[in-house]
Amino acid sequence: MSETSPALKINGLTVAYDSIPVLWNVDLSIDQGVMMGIVGPNGAGKSTLLKAVLGVVPRLAGRIEVLGKRFTKNRQQIGYVPQRTSVDWDFPTTVLDLVTMGTYGSLGWVWRPGAKQKKQAMEALERFELSEFAHRQIGELSGGQQQRAFLARALVQNAPIYFLDEPFAGVDATTEKAIVKLLQSLRDEGKTIVVVHHDLTTICDYFDEITLINKKIISSGPIDCAFTSNLLEQTYGGPIKNCGIDCGFRDAPVELQGLPGNSDDA
Amino acid sequence: MLELLTDHTFRTVFLGTAGIGAVSGAVGCFAYLRRQSLIGDVVAHSSLLGIVMFFLISYLITGEGNKSLLVLIPGALVAGTAALLLTRWIIQETRLKPDSGLGVMLAIFFGSGILLLRWVQRATPSIPGKRGLENYLFGMAAAMTESDLWMIAILGTSTILLMLLVWKEFKVFTFDPVFAQSLGLSPAWLDTLLLMMMVIGIVIGIQSVGVVLMIALLVTPASSARQWTGSLGAMVGLAAMFGAVSGGVGSLVSFNWPNMPTGPVIVLVATIVFLFSLVFAPQRGLVYRYAKRKRMAKEAQLEHQSSAVEGAN
Repeated sequence: MSETSPALKINGLTVAYDSIPVLWNVDLSIDQGVMMGIVGPNGAGKSTLLKAVLGVVPRLAGRIEVLGKRFTKNRQQIGYVPQRTSVDWDFPTTVLDLVTMGTYGSLGWVWRPGAKQKKQAMEALERFELSEFAHRQIGELSGGQQQRAFLARALVQNAPIYFLDEPFAGVDATTEKAIVKLLQSLRDEGKTIVVVHHDLTTICDYFDEITLINKKIISSGPIDCAFTSNLLEQTYGGPIKNCGIDCGFRDAPVELQGLPGNSDDA
Repeated sequence: MLELLTDHTFRTVFLGTAGIGAVSGAVGCFAYLRRQSLIGDVVAHSSLLGIVMFFLISYLITGEGNKSLLVLIPGALVAGTAALLLTRWIIQETRLKPDSGLGVMLAIFFGSGILLLRWVQRATPSIPGKRGLENYLFGMAAAMTESDLWMIAILGTSTILLMLLVWKEFKVFTFDPVFAQSLGLSPAWLDTLLLMMMVIGIVIGIQSVGVVLMIALLVTPASSARQWTGSLGAMVGLAAMFGAVSGGVGSLVSFNWPNMPTGPVIVLVATIVFLFSLVFAPQRGLVYRYAKRKRMAKEAQLEHQSSAVEGAN
């Protein structure tokens, strides 16, 4: 893992669900130690981008490099936080158990987690202020606590790169702030954080860099060059009112109507 | 009743049905959590066709139809797996919804199975060994022989061993398949292993429980167990126990009333356990939840009254 190679390098990634293209010829490079927001309209392929990199959805074409090596050789370097609503929280398990699942990747087949793994999980729970819930059922957690538990699970993976799929969906403002602070502290430790994000008004506060995407990459880079109203217009396919350039548009309406391709988020 | 326990034949059947119940109870937990009971039902119903076909093949080869599980379980495995593969194919290739695909496949396989069974029973000249083949519909535990018991023991034990060995992978894959895949676990492998486990859990039970009701022995103990515990390990253990009790009682009944099909009896016992769990389990049970709501309503009312009194002062 050389210091100079990008955390993630995507070349010519194309993904299709059946015969409908979701991502088309995507080239993207993300540097190490960056907190990157992936932004675009519904159905733009934001989540699909993460899943295609991880091999969860099949790639039609494309090459993925993680820290300078082929993805298959370096897959353990990426920790993944799926959308909170993608699982059944009535599953019979405790919060501690859920977080311990983050250690499964390093354990390999058949081996069971032991005292060391439990300790790692407890530490992660503490960092996310969930210690008192360790032995509760996961079904008893609130939405924000579920999200924090998912983050704690990713934390014990102890990966240099993290992918988060809409971590702020359906959590309250306090939790959102707390999660952002934690992600930024991870970034400050040198980790690379890639977040699928929806709320245009918070982008300037949360991220160092941004990728605008709508099936293709519209722009990618530091906020002040990659996040202009012109590029936003291209991404969302319509003018976005009150949009100043270079982060001057915090009053921008988040609700966008009459846009093409508003299917469920793919 | 006591003399039954010393009876060799009865012991065979008792051990066999209890074992079947334990295995399908344990395996059923994963089917329950993965919402695959309908898939299990397709496997169970479809296996009838394989059973009758393999019976016929054994007749063509040896001149007498063989009803030993050694012959019929492979038949059930083949038909059950074929039904699953065909369902997967039809869903992928057409725009049929998964539940419709499963329903169609169940109808095709079970229908053909029944048809073939009828034909075997009425064929002239009569096929030797055909008597009792119809018991595979609703189960006849008393038909179990010692070699059947061995077959059940070997398949059941290897299934449970597999489950214990791959426990943590099964667990994370069942809870969060996408995360499991991001860990580098192969979803194709895990899905196949879990399905195989379920298919074996089903086919070893069809002699005692029958193809029609086998799915109940898979899912009912798991549903009961979920009521009592919040740990996957405890759930699997409890479901195995509930399943074993249901199977054991079923064999007792089968021996005392020889003409009674065992399947319905076993399933009824499992259902009684389930109803009890549904009503009386702590936390998730109806009684507990009703009492809790009542208590809360009372508390809220008291608080309201006291604040009203304060307001009046």
